[in-house]
Amino acid sequence: MTVAAAADALARPLAAGVRARATGESALATWTLIGIALAFLVVFLVVPLAAVMFEALRKGLGAYVAALVEPDALAAIRLTLLAAAIAVPANLVFGIAAAWAIAKFDFRGKQLLVTLIDLPFSVSPVIAGLVYVLIFGAQGWLGPWLAAHDLKVIFAVPGIVLATIFVTFPFVARELIPLMQAQGRDEEEAALTLGASGWQTFWRVTLPNVKWGLAYGVILCNARAMGEFGAVSVVSGHIRGQTNTVPLHVEILYNEYQFAAAFAVASLLALLALVTLALKSVIEWRTRRERVEAPPERPPS
Amino acid sequence: MVAITLKRPSVLPGFNLALSYTLLYLSLIVLVPLSATFIKAAGLSWGQFWSAVTTERVVASYQLSFGAALIGATVNAVFGLLVAWVLVRYTFPGKRIVDALVDLPFALPTAVAGIALTAIYAENGWLGKPLAALGIKVAFAPLGVIVALTFIGLPFVVRTVQPVLEDLEREVEEAAACLGASRWQTFTRVIFPYLLPALLTGFALAFARAVGEYGSVIFIAGNLPLKTEITPLLIITKLEQYDFAGATALAVVMLVASFVMLLAINLLQWWAARRSGAGA
Repeated sequence: MTVAAAADALARPLAAGVRARATGESALATWTLIGIALAFLVVFLVVPLAAVMFEALRKGLGAYVAALVEPDALAAIRLTLLAAAIAVPANLVFGIAAAWAIAKFDFRGKQLLVTLIDLPFSVSPVIAGLVYVLIFGAQGWLGPWLAAHDLKVIFAVPGIVLATIFVTFPFVARELIPLMQAQGRDEEEAALTLGASGWQTFWRVTLPNVKWGLAYGVILCNARAMGEFGAVSVVSGHIRGQTNTVPLHVEILYNEYQFAAAFAVASLLALLALVTLALKSVIEWRTRRERVEAPPERPPS
Repeated sequence: MVAITLKRPSVLPGFNLALSYTLLYLSLIVLVPLSATFIKAAGLSWGQFWSAVTTERVVASYQLSFGAALIGATVNAVFGLLVAWVLVRYTFPGKRIVDALVDLPFALPTAVAGIALTAIYAENGWLGKPLAALGIKVAFAPLGVIVALTFIGLPFVVRTVQPVLEDLEREVEEAAACLGASRWQTFTRVIFPYLLPALLTGFALAFARAVGEYGSVIFIAGNLPLKTEITPLLIITKLEQYDFAGATALAVVMLVASFVMLLAINLLQWWAARRSGAGA
């Protein structure tokens, strides 16, 4: 072993040690910080989840199942699925159209448009419901016309669908816009040059490129659509078996002091939340891996 | 129909179709309904509007909604920074699950969060009982509102600070250490100023969300007028009493507050982007 190599071997662990001390914390500080952070998360996240499951099963498995298969609960589940089945595709089509216009073209007022698309996120859910009451309610702008034609929007299914669309409005668009902006338009331009039609380019080039971002937006949109409470509560009218969604059914049971049944139905929604988080993590993990495996081949422009 | 023209011609098709549909859908679902609120409120005289939005009960609800949102966002700023730091800098068993769980308040329906928190913090609840023994009342008191608003705002600070902290280069900290800074000095003078725009953005997002929150609060608050009644609940109460004008007036106050916060958040994000773009 040469002197230089020996010095090098000696210096290396020493340097690593100095480096760790210079830009890291002592083991005690590290574990104290981890401990405080985990304690905070356990109190605020794990304990509420555990409480839902515990309260749901308090009266036994029989009562739990009975609360879920009762006709009003089933009607609520059907309505929630229906509202999500309309709201999510509607916002999906909008999100794709908005992202195509915003990410692939340059026009005046683009930044304003992006801000306006995000607007529903900063509006209180109660106001999201109120605006439709002001338009479609008995005293609203279109109220008399709707009454004359025997149509019902408020305190009926259309109002619930509209309120759900409003609160989930930005989800798909805000996932797709930055993603499609980052991908640029070179690939689409190449496809068109090679003779593909506009639709072919969209289906075979653009859509496969954004599929994970799209799935991510749809999952979040769906979770919010099925779980929305405030906005839907304003327009629903709380008619049992007719205009009750699952979250509203939870509220009614709770206010009638049927706590075990309320938590049983709530546990369904908690399960939906956990599935959403799991799918979200899988997508994040996959996109990260794809990025590592296939770094962009195009030179930075 | 669309008067907007392209700044730069493009060979890609579908601009007119995509933009027309975007504007039509945005107008029908969001812009026209929101403007209905302002038009309805414009039907009130200034005096009527002012007296509707400044009664004792309404002012008490503003104090609770904005005050509890401010405290909740502050708690989240402190603990969110800590959680982001721990998730980015340290490794520990179960870290990936913890990371995924941070988004729970985004995914869990607010009504479920509301009844779960109420069960925990009620006087016979898991945490409510020991706290009651100490003389601290959480559920059905203003503190309960703060707990609910802390819960729903939890992911915002973590998710805005986390990516910025991941991008912070170790070399900067090493340089500070080489120049003789202690670890604490490096944090307060180098790392913290770098994180500040993201931290403030997360704080503002959590605050904005908390001000308008309804579902998770109404179960735990107790909803006593003048004491534990939030502004969104007051809007619903007025609607149920067919006081459309009063409900609309309150909605306008809250919408204006939301727009101001949205502007502030955009300015903060612009500041943050300029900060990191300048290479810190």
